[in-house]
Amino acid sequence: MNRDNSLAVLVLIAVIIFVPLVSGSAYVITIGVFSGINALIAIGLCILMGYAGQVSLGQAGFYGIGAYVSATLTHHYGLPVPLCVAAAMIVSAFAAVILAVPSLRLKGHYLAVATLSFGEIINIALNEWGPGGPSGFGDIPTFNILDFIFDTTTSYFYLVWGCVVLVLLFSFNFINSRTGRALRALHGSELASRAMGLDVTALKIKVFVISAAYASLAGSLYAHYVTFISPSSFTLFYSILVLMMVVIGGITNLWGGVVGAILITILPELLRSFEEFDVLVYGLILTLSLMFLRRGLVPLLIEKIKQLRGPLIARD
Amino acid sequence: MKRTILCAAFFLSIFIFASSLVAPCTAAEPYRIGAVFSVTGAASFLGEPEKNSAILLQDQINKAGGVNGHPLEVIIEDSKSDETQAVLSAKKLLERDKVLAIIGPSTTGESMALVPILNVAKTPMISCATGAGITQPVNERHWIFKVAQYDFSVAEALFAHMKKHGISKVGILTITTGFGDAGRKALHDMAPKYGITIVADERYGPKDSDMTTQLTKVKAIGAQAVINWSVGPGQVVVTKNWYALKMGIPLYQSHGWGSKKNIELAGKAAEGVISPLGRLVVWDKLSDKQQQKSLLKKFTSDYEARFKNEPGTFGGHAYDSLTMIVEALRKVGPDKNKIRDYIETRIKKWPGTGGIFNMSPQDHCGLDKDAFEMVVVKNADWALTK
Amino acid sequence: MLTVFLQFLFSGLTVGSVYALVGMGFNIIYNATSIINLAQGEFVVVGGLMMWFFSDSLHLPFIVSICLTILSAGLVGLLMERLTIRPLKSHDLLLMIMVTISVSIVLRGILAFKFGKDPYDYPAFSEGDPLNIGGAIIQQQTLWVIGITGLCIILLYLFYNKTIIGKAMRACAVDTTAAQLVGINVSRMVMISFVLSAMVGAIGGIAITPISLMEYDNGPMLAVKGFCAAIMGGLGRGRGAVIGGFSIGILESMTAGYLHSGLKDAVALVILLLVLFLKPAGILGSSAAARLRKF
Repeated sequence: MNRDNSLAVLVLIAVIIFVPLVSGSAYVITIGVFSGINALIAIGLCILMGYAGQVSLGQAGFYGIGAYVSATLTHHYGLPVPLCVAAAMIVSAFAAVILAVPSLRLKGHYLAVATLSFGEIINIALNEWGPGGPSGFGDIPTFNILDFIFDTTTSYFYLVWGCVVLVLLFSFNFINSRTGRALRALHGSELASRAMGLDVTALKIKVFVISAAYASLAGSLYAHYVTFISPSSFTLFYSILVLMMVVIGGITNLWGGVVGAILITILPELLRSFEEFDVLVYGLILTLSLMFLRRGLVPLLIEKIKQLRGPLIARD
Repeated sequence: MKRTILCAAFFLSIFIFASSLVAPCTAAEPYRIGAVFSVTGAASFLGEPEKNSAILLQDQINKAGGVNGHPLEVIIEDSKSDETQAVLSAKKLLERDKVLAIIGPSTTGESMALVPILNVAKTPMISCATGAGITQPVNERHWIFKVAQYDFSVAEALFAHMKKHGISKVGILTITTGFGDAGRKALHDMAPKYGITIVADERYGPKDSDMTTQLTKVKAIGAQAVINWSVGPGQVVVTKNWYALKMGIPLYQSHGWGSKKNIELAGKAAEGVISPLGRLVVWDKLSDKQQQKSLLKKFTSDYEARFKNEPGTFGGHAYDSLTMIVEALRKVGPDKNKIRDYIETRIKKWPGTGGIFNMSPQDHCGLDKDAFEMVVVKNADWALTK
Repeated sequence: MLTVFLQFLFSGLTVGSVYALVGMGFNIIYNATSIINLAQGEFVVVGGLMMWFFSDSLHLPFIVSICLTILSAGLVGLLMERLTIRPLKSHDLLLMIMVTISVSIVLRGILAFKFGKDPYDYPAFSEGDPLNIGGAIIQQQTLWVIGITGLCIILLYLFYNKTIIGKAMRACAVDTTAAQLVGINVSRMVMISFVLSAMVGAIGGIAITPISLMEYDNGPMLAVKGFCAAIMGGLGRGRGAVIGGFSIGILESMTAGYLHSGLKDAVALVILLLVLFLKPAGILGSSAAARLRKF
């Protein structure tokens, strides 16, 4: 993990601590909670797309597995929440392996459709066999660790963003490890990495598993916050929304996922006053941001900062 | 560089514009009621008439001098038929707008997601959705009421009619959304009570374009009637397919069928379709002695004059819930606790659009089973049937 | 028994022809640009709703309405390309695909504003009872849709193989740089592909609305199904989309009929996955050709 990223993580931690203290409004903090949940999935998709070059339109499937597994285990069997969240992550990881192994032969649009199909199949399965069927089910216990219950919005905000920080730290370590370097080689040229003796298959599976586990964690956090889930929250549209977050924020940088998730979560809230025009305005803003930002907000900002710094540090 | 500046300016202007609108305006002490409706998204067929009804009622009340001299302000948030958005809407209404009560949400799922929030905020909510889980168990739903009829009441109305006409084997078609699923469960629960067997249990998606296969299956298995439980274009497509197949068995629709628009879209295929509808849809066919008639007449004609459309059963839910809260406000003033108590104990023999309400500490819905009239489509219009 | 089977088959053909028409639209743009245009479903909706507007609201004659509808859809395609795809001048496919998604949101916003949330329909092209074949019925409009699909295939085949523009577009599909080098105006080809694909989409919308009704938000579902159809048959292959579309339609209907209607979409998707795992470039696509392209 390099110096800039460590610094950025520290800044993030400071912001996390200060937001609830400064704002004090449960509404703003609730937006923060959902931003954090979305950020978890977006980070996973960032690693998958930006570092391994694999596209996925099936993240909602893992998100749904995470939500349903931990919600069912806690609601119907009364098991401790953290245990169930971990169990859900393991289930999602298995699902990711099952999806990844045959999908490795596919690329580009074909891979997109394969992951899309996976997500939709999970959604149909939840509709058909999930507890509650299409109506979903409620009264899911809130997140608790032993006796401490995260029943206020502020405590949940800290819980979710705590997870985001941990996930970020883990991810930075991962992409700077040997595996991470191998991943970048893979993104550069699959043929060359094969020739260098990299086990491309194992790598791709590993990345799929990591992104699925993040999505699953996000799903569990969602279920234990809203305390009601139904399959309609875990559809293709959510997968596309996450993709949008990652692209707007910047696919080549993990921070892009975080920033994109926050922007895309806040945007509809800002547009509430447009009422029936909000869809139109939302679409226009997305289109213009995509056209102006291109490689994403975060890479653009980094480039600008480097340009400003450039004259000072002549030879970087 | 130019692009960055443009970009920054663009985001900044959006932000400033939006936040200037978001800031609550401070009028002279209005009573604020929040509304969470699915105005867009999959359940917009519910949210749209509900929103319009709430606006209509708000304007009428304010024109008549408001509530005890205070203007009434109904702040409507679009939950986009999504639980996450419903949660955010409710938080916004409670935090930013400091509302005294919330009406809506439109769907059972969204209502369920709001239950814990309203319980913590100690604010009354009157849901416009049908699910029984919204108000039961009643001791955990202290602040929650609902005005929409139970799904099982619809199922009972259907089955009672079938029993009278000697039908004992039915095939059911339901849409794979919360609306259809709730209906499917209600049908399964109520069938044994009326000695009816469900011989085929078919489903279809909200955007499916052909249901011939499902209907063919129902026919092949020897059902004596078909029940279709859905909303939106699906029910029109089913009706058209049923007509084209010349199935020779009657088609029953759920209460979602209650819009003239459906008859218009299905054309001659709709003739003979039977459905249990709220009295709001068929008020002009009721006898003058009916307690609800004058109220239904006024609401429907006002709504149609303003929105050039019918309020339908669903618009009536918003009317009922808002009227209840306004009545409570008039009697007890802006006190959340007292409003809740008033609704629980004083709404007795109360005629609304959905039926005659009788709230009690044991029942936070308070509708009797015969809130429906059996209606058949005859000459492109509704006709009461027995 | 045979009657029931035939009925399931006809239902599958009805649904499949819709998917096939949308899938064909995907291929037109993909062939010229490698972009998957996820606003394709909205083109179909524009077709259905504008047709209602011209024929039922303005009461224009049938043929005039069809021509005006196709023209206005072409205009939507043209505007989309001019305002978003061309100014981007990007080679980043992912970015372009995201732009098509955001354009589809804008189009949905406009459609919701103009037409509201009600479903629309208008009378079928020909009056009369459904045809009875071996006890099973097939609606006349279904035959129209299948006929129109066939006509589109033939016209597109002639366009791509017999006209100079069509041949130029195929050249762009194979190698953009090489096409540019031999003097083909690639950016004009891209523009034509968007207009053409919007028109084909609108024709689909015009034909299917009497069967399935049309709402402002039908687009995403149509796009997903059409995308799956195009992928199943092999991207870029006109006939592939048709094979893919009908396969998915018939699979769905047979699953609903013989297995369980709740699972019909799932089974179709599982089969799609199996096809992809066995033939990574679709039924008609060749992996050798696919390897030449970045996507």
